[in-house]
Amino acid sequence: MSEERFDCIIVGAGPAGSAAALTLARAGLEVLVIERGLQAGSKNMTGGRLYAHALQKIIPNFWEEAPVERRVVKETITMITPSGSVSLDYKSQRYNQEPYHSFTVLRAQFDQWLATKAEEAGAVIATGVRVDDLLRDDQGKIIGVIAGEDQMLANVVIAADGVNSLLAQKAGLRGELKDIHVATGVKEVIELPRQVIEDRFQLTGEEGAAQLFVGRCTQGIQGGGFLYTNKNTISIGLVITSGAIGKSKIKIADLIEEFKTHPNIAPLVTGGKVVEYSAHLVPEGGLNMLPALYTDGLLIAGDAAGLVLNTGYMVRGMDLAIYSGIAAAQTVIKAKEKEDYSKTSLSHYQELLKNSFVMKDLETYKNAPAFMEQTTRIFTTYPQLADNILYKLFTVYGTPAQHLLPMVMGELKKNNISIFDLVKDGIKGVRAL
Amino acid sequence: MKKLSIEERLGFNKFNVDDDEAHITINKEICRTCTEKPCLYACPALLYNLNEAGEMTFDYAGCLECGTCRVVCQKQGAIQWNYPRGTFGVQFRYG
Ligand SMILES: Cc1cc2nc3c(=O)[nH]c(=O)nc-3n(C[C@H](O)[C@H](O)[C@H](O)COP(=O)(O)OP(=O)(O)OC[C@H]3O[C@@H](n4cnc5c(N)ncnc54)[C@H](O)[C@@H]3O)c2cc1C
Ligand code: SF4
Ligand code: SF4
Repeated sequence: MSEERFDCIIVGAGPAGSAAALTLARAGLEVLVIERGLQAGSKNMTGGRLYAHALQKIIPNFWEEAPVERRVVKETITMITPSGSVSLDYKSQRYNQEPYHSFTVLRAQFDQWLATKAEEAGAVIATGVRVDDLLRDDQGKIIGVIAGEDQMLANVVIAADGVNSLLAQKAGLRGELKDIHVATGVKEVIELPRQVIEDRFQLTGEEGAAQLFVGRCTQGIQGGGFLYTNKNTISIGLVITSGAIGKSKIKIADLIEEFKTHPNIAPLVTGGKVVEYSAHLVPEGGLNMLPALYTDGLLIAGDAAGLVLNTGYMVRGMDLAIYSGIAAAQTVIKAKEKEDYSKTSLSHYQELLKNSFVMKDLETYKNAPAFMEQTTRIFTTYPQLADNILYKLFTVYGTPAQHLLPMVMGELKKNNISIFDLVKDGIKGVRAL
Repeated sequence: MKKLSIEERLGFNKFNVDDDEAHITINKEICRTCTEKPCLYACPALLYNLNEAGEMTFDYAGCLECGTCRVVCQKQGAIQWNYPRGTFGVQFRYG
């Protein structure tokens, strides 16, 4: 065992780990980050959009140097059916102004850059090393980590090891993940000439588009699709509740191929060349799946703690990961001042999160997961209903026209939906989202 | 856009397969007693398959390290799941 003891060992060089490392190193603490990938980012994947506010706190105007792809100025929500789609499109010039609101990113590059920032500030980053276990003293307090034959000591360990956090489990903070509390994300990165992307999505220069889909893309299974434009690539994929896939007897690997060939999606990606296929879990239980976030000598941050918001029209994990990393680091800095790394001392972390957007937003959307799980009509009936109504509204075949109200009532009836259902789902939805 | 087979898709990725240590192993005896077999549908790399004898087969090469199989498998002890050893496994170039 090496005699060196770090102030803090961070496991995982994703956004949570690197944000924590940067904050600690700047405060002059001895930090070691351990990452199993050959490089930071080489194991990581995301849908694609980073909300800027959290990173902006520690690296002002980061977009001037960070490998961001495009700034998102266009949002589209699409209900998709076998024969068509109904979209709500929003484009705002306000998103074109500094400080920018959100960017599309590719994690292999982005994570590596953020880890380098932490390194420049003084953190030591050890890549290509898998942490196997936590090291404990006689009293069971966590005092470091074990990787293969090596043991490394620290006053505090921050587990920023992502959604499959084996460390949070080993620390006894959480049990096995439940299949209804996580979603499986699959994604393809498709290369296309820059100009083609800008023309197809009506973007200029650095502008980017974000698009979310619900309905046919998952064949009615709980989940949705996403599409983000990068500089010369498009990130396209699906996020589907893991527990629902097995029951559906539909292979998620097939669904993404179907999705790409849908008549309304195919023109967006045609001519492109797939350059990567990836998969990753997303925590989606929200507030109801949060484990205890700390114990003696250990804090958990980011996906490891389940800090993700999935509201159906947005997936947010990276800004929560970054902020929780910062908060964990601030807690360690305070603990060092007091030389107290006990559970009581580390409870400061909970306070910091509670007073921040992290817990406030999780609280706001705490009913969203249950709403989506119970209201399966969102994934099946409603997209078709919207398609049928608009089809009738826009179609003229010389057959007798119908007034809007009886036509809509007729469609509801055909789909076995009462006005009561509609109002009930609407109210529940408005309350949960 | 053309549909791609799983072999084609996995072929775009860079893997550094650890020939000496399987990071995921399955217990075929337990799998035999599993009626639902959610792993067949949920693994995005389609690494879980039934052979002609109806027996579950699994190959860890091509694993995307998502963790889905570990989460959907309802039979305790059927899957021994870990991340590959440091530096091994899939290496995303985009992410
Ligand atoms: C399909 C999909 C779409 C998404 N879309 C969005 C989006 O548009 N916007 C958004 O904000 N969020 C999105 N998210 C969520 C977001 O990607 C995550 O919340 C975020 O990456 C969490 O960051 P993290 O640092 O906590 O964990 P991770 O980024 O997962 O980092 C964990 C790190 O720990 C390392 N590690 C794990 N175990 C060990 C070990 N034992 N030893 C050493 N190293 C280890 C891993 O290699 C990895 O580098 C999406 C997620 C998915 C899967
Ligand atoms: S779900 Fe688990 S037990 Fe069932 S077949 Fe798959 S690996 Fe075996
Ligand atoms: S971790 Fe993911 S890709 Fe690997 S075998 Fe399990 S489900 Fe398949």
